[in-house]
Amino acid sequence: MTTLTAPARRAISSGTEDVRPTRRRLGPGKPIRFGGLIGIAALLAAWVVGSATGLLDPRTLTEPWTVVATAETLIENGRLQESLVTSGIRAALGLGLGVAVGLVLALVSGLSRVGETLIDGPIQVKRSIPTLALIPLLILWLGIGEPMKVITIALAVFVPIYIHTHNGLRTIEGRYAELAETLGVSRTEFIRHVVLPGAMPGFLLGLRFAVTSSLLALVVVEVINATSGIGHMITLASSYGQTDIIVVGLVVYALLGVSADAVVRLIERKALSWRRTLAS
Amino acid sequence: MASHTGELSTHGPAVRVQDLHRSFNEAGGVLNGLDLEIAPGEFVALLGRSGSGKSTLLRSLAGLDRGVAGTGRVEVPEKVSVVFQDSRLLPWKRVLDNVTFGLRSSDASERGLQALDEVGLAGREKAWPHELSGGEQQRAALARSLVRDPELLLADEPFGALDALTRIRMHTLLRKLCEVHRPAVLLVTHDVDEAIVLADRVIVLDGGVVRHDARIELGTRRSQADPAFARLRAELLAELGVEDDHDAAPRPAVGRLSERAAS
Repeated sequence: MTTLTAPARRAISSGTEDVRPTRRRLGPGKPIRFGGLIGIAALLAAWVVGSATGLLDPRTLTEPWTVVATAETLIENGRLQESLVTSGIRAALGLGLGVAVGLVLALVSGLSRVGETLIDGPIQVKRSIPTLALIPLLILWLGIGEPMKVITIALAVFVPIYIHTHNGLRTIEGRYAELAETLGVSRTEFIRHVVLPGAMPGFLLGLRFAVTSSLLALVVVEVINATSGIGHMITLASSYGQTDIIVVGLVVYALLGVSADAVVRLIERKALSWRRTLAS
Repeated sequence: MASHTGELSTHGPAVRVQDLHRSFNEAGGVLNGLDLEIAPGEFVALLGRSGSGKSTLLRSLAGLDRGVAGTGRVEVPEKVSVVFQDSRLLPWKRVLDNVTFGLRSSDASERGLQALDEVGLAGREKAWPHELSGGEQQRAALARSLVRDPELLLADEPFGALDALTRIRMHTLLRKLCEVHRPAVLLVTHDVDEAIVLADRVIVLDGGVVRHDARIELGTRRSQADPAFARLRAELLAELGVEDDHDAAPRPAVGRLSERAAS
């Protein structure tokens, strides 16, 4: 593409009198296509070269082709899919529960003064305790089964959802409330058409943080005491020194994270199409 | 619409304000016993220096001054619409939904489309507010006010944020719309020329009371080249405490231009 257009442009600029620079002088320059992927490709290439030349000890980091072969074996005997489904369901349950609880609490606290006095304080206190520090207590209360894992993830998730949604609700501009008053709008209509859409950007920002938190919590609960899931697979491989399986697990975590983030961004694009972003 | 105005005129003035006091602190009132009457269909421009109480009066007529200390009687019609200085369109609603927001009748979207057509925004009903220019946004805000068939239209410097050329176009549009819908209008403005061009009556507010109240008898075609226009302008500026460098005698456009450049 670029090699085709470059000579054509030169021909035009020599033919006309307009010789101004087409690029912004102080800007970072033209955007590079697939720029985000080039760095990743370079890193992968370094790994391949390092392994092939023997600079990277296979005991430190397995060769990429071994990782691919291991992944194939794990898929063939069904262990990878099984672990992925278990971890995925775990994360989704925790995320769903946390988002629902965080959203409800934010709405109650954001829309009524009574709710705010009752809810906001305890949540600010909860926010200052790292969720992962609660795991010992949760194990005592709930045992080491699935409920403990899902609730740990939910506890990590609901805080960012609450904080950002509540903030979004509270910072809706007073002038819109004034407008709604002059239009004779009822309280329900005001909440539905002004407050909730106005808080949407805050909620979606919270959702992006929540997805990251849920994966972090997932990794921790799976590594600590699990009998299934990607984390369990990694822990087991660690005891036997199987770096190839560890790397496969990490790749799966990365794919989980990237795809979850992509889904949230897709939702964001659909729900916030009214927004003029810098990108457009 | 015609039946509306007839009905109103039998009921006396559209707006009646008696002995209105408003103050934001102990030091002194913003409005100090203000009296005002506006007839149905009358276009009143409200001039005054900053802090003279223009916006406070408008907000109390709009019912937006709850929590402000004060006394007095305010009578306004049932249907009041407000146009703010910013268009105040909800950014997450398309233009038509903004115009019909809060309308409960079943033909709301039809009426909304008609109102958009009236302000020259036909075909833009699906646009997002940020896709409109400043003037177009203010047109949409006008449509939102008019679709409610107001008996009283309150406008708080509605063209203050627009460029000079757009403002002239909006003046023509507002006059045309008011001739069709005949609401009583109270327009708060800083711009003496705007007041003279648009209004049937100009009121100057000072110290929280009406200081000057004059009908404008210039007919419907009002030109700034008209000597009567210039006289009125000088008179109003004097009431506002602004020294006009040029005497009140009629001046051609050249004189006005140099004055603009000097200020």
